[in-house]
Amino acid sequence: MARDLEQYLRPGIGVTTFCPGCGEAILMGLILRAIDELHLDMDEMLFVSGIGCAAWIPSPHFNADTLHTLHGRAIAFATGAKMANPKLKVMVISGDGDLADIGGNHLIHAARRNIDLTVVCANNMNYGMTGGQVCSTTPLGASTMTTHQGNPYRPFDLCKLVKAAGAVYTARYSVTQPFALMNSIKKALQTQGFSFVEALTPCPTQFGRRNQLDTPTQMLKFLMDKCIMKEDAEGLSPEELKDKIITGEFIDEGD
Amino acid sequence: MGWEKQRSMIPPGDYYFSGDEAIAEGAIAARCGYFAGYPITPATEILERISIRFREVGAVFMQMEDEIAAICSCLGASWAGAKAMTVTAGPGFSLMQEAIGYAVMTETPVVVVDAQRTGPSTGQATRVASGDIMQAKWGSHGGNEIIAISPWSVQELYDQTINAFNLAERYRVPVIILAEEATAHLRERMHVGEEVELFRREKKAGAAPFGTEESNGVPPMPAFGEGEKLLVTGSTHDERGVRKTVDSLVQERLVTRLRNKIINNKERIIQYESYYLEDAEVVVVCYGFTARSSLFAVEHLRQEGEKVGMLRLKTLWPFADEVIKDIGLKARKILVPEMNLGQIVGEVMKYASCEIIPYNQMNGEIIHPHTIIEKLRENL
Repeated sequence: MARDLEQYLRPGIGVTTFCPGCGEAILMGLILRAIDELHLDMDEMLFVSGIGCAAWIPSPHFNADTLHTLHGRAIAFATGAKMANPKLKVMVISGDGDLADIGGNHLIHAARRNIDLTVVCANNMNYGMTGGQVCSTTPLGASTMTTHQGNPYRPFDLCKLVKAAGAVYTARYSVTQPFALMNSIKKALQTQGFSFVEALTPCPTQFGRRNQLDTPTQMLKFLMDKCIMKEDAEGLSPEELKDKIITGEFIDEGD
Repeated sequence: MGWEKQRSMIPPGDYYFSGDEAIAEGAIAARCGYFAGYPITPATEILERISIRFREVGAVFMQMEDEIAAICSCLGASWAGAKAMTVTAGPGFSLMQEAIGYAVMTETPVVVVDAQRTGPSTGQATRVASGDIMQAKWGSHGGNEIIAISPWSVQELYDQTINAFNLAERYRVPVIILAEEATAHLRERMHVGEEVELFRREKKAGAAPFGTEESNGVPPMPAFGEGEKLLVTGSTHDERGVRKTVDSLVQERLVTRLRNKIINNKERIIQYESYYLEDAEVVVVCYGFTARSSLFAVEHLRQEGEKVGMLRLKTLWPFADEVIKDIGLKARKILVPEMNLGQIVGEVMKYASCEIIPYNQMNGEIIHPHTIIEKLRENL
């Protein structure tokens, strides 16, 4: 991480808990860079997370108020904190399993209420911390510790889900698209109301090794091949888009 | 900081409130700043009254998507500096258990009202029981010290709601009001005084928020947005909140203090009332609505010259072990009537050395005074 971002890190926290090749340290850097470029005051920010690898991005690393909560409940805690003290700039950073599986109900209801929160969902397509089980964002057919024959179910399109529930701003980028991802985090932080950024992030340790993507390089290349910008996807047939993940901003005209 | 007197939020005088209304007004008197709930019988009227009254007093009301969200948002609000409360009944109380454990571990003040109805499961939603006494203590995994209160009247639902906030803020612990359908829906006269005594959260800039020098101490509690750069986590943590997931000493030190700050202060926390205990040979140990029937029964038999007495437990957790021990040494028998299949009677058996007679009724009806008179007569 660039030296100028060190001011945002909690003193005394020497090493991260992320595995080699994990994309969440990249995401952590991009979030801090977005905060830095917007000149936000960390003393006015609150970072809320649930349980899982991504929940450890803000807690303990960020030198600000952090609330590391129960599995799935980060958005509910964040809602209470924001409503009790609207001056707080509240950002939820957690994983896909946490926010969309066990916490899916809170996700859609906070979007519906249009609570002024920024939610960054690190999507590594499986439960990383517990050893790589299937989750609601695991691609169809992918092998995990609980889908040895391949995942029989379709994944959520989280941006579609959250947008349909009423989010003002939704975007999806991969950590292999760092500038676009950082800019979307900046936009989300500047949005009044419920904003949601899905950050695709490689998990070679748990997801990759069960899907012939054992090394960090293979995992990154997989994401680079799979992700296609929304603009480039226009005009492509469903067949051509079958294995692609469309990235970009998903907001209605006029919003 | 600490204790202060504040004006009551409604004009002093007599009111004809239901128990649920009294709880809502008690929360307002205690300066509750954030309320979240989810509709459930027989606690719904608290939610409804607060939805109107909180607008008038400028506090935040949220109806959440479920009871889990309700209590979790309260914990977030509590750390944002507000006094927070949620209300529920059996099924919702079950859903809240994990978050109650989180509140214990993170020392987050919160008041939880459980208006008890018959169970298990959906049971009979509009009928009375006291089936959640053990759940209040042991419902969340890992073993918790919490505070639980059992009011017996509309007046006490008002007074004890204020007391619950004071205890929650003073000891940084979830406080559970074990109301009952019979008192929640009961309408009777209650009095509001000129002033209420409230405990304001202790603050000390820069102090460790999760540790004290004394092994039974309660650390000061800062709020988000005060520049303290707080680390709050339900994982085992040191006095600064830094996660320590494999350190045995930190785990032991933390859980010991979480227990001691309640148990070693139990004389200050526990409240009870005794009636005719001086020469009583048979003593009724009771709580909640059942204490109303019991008092009628005891006074009736006293008029006939029978040596009966009564102990009413206002605080159920921590348990009033010492007074029970004393009664066990003096009385011949203790009768424990309960609207469940035997919960507090087990605690009485732990501490009293005399003969213990349980009386359990869980048919959705209150225990009638004549039933208690009959049970006492059988044991005189």
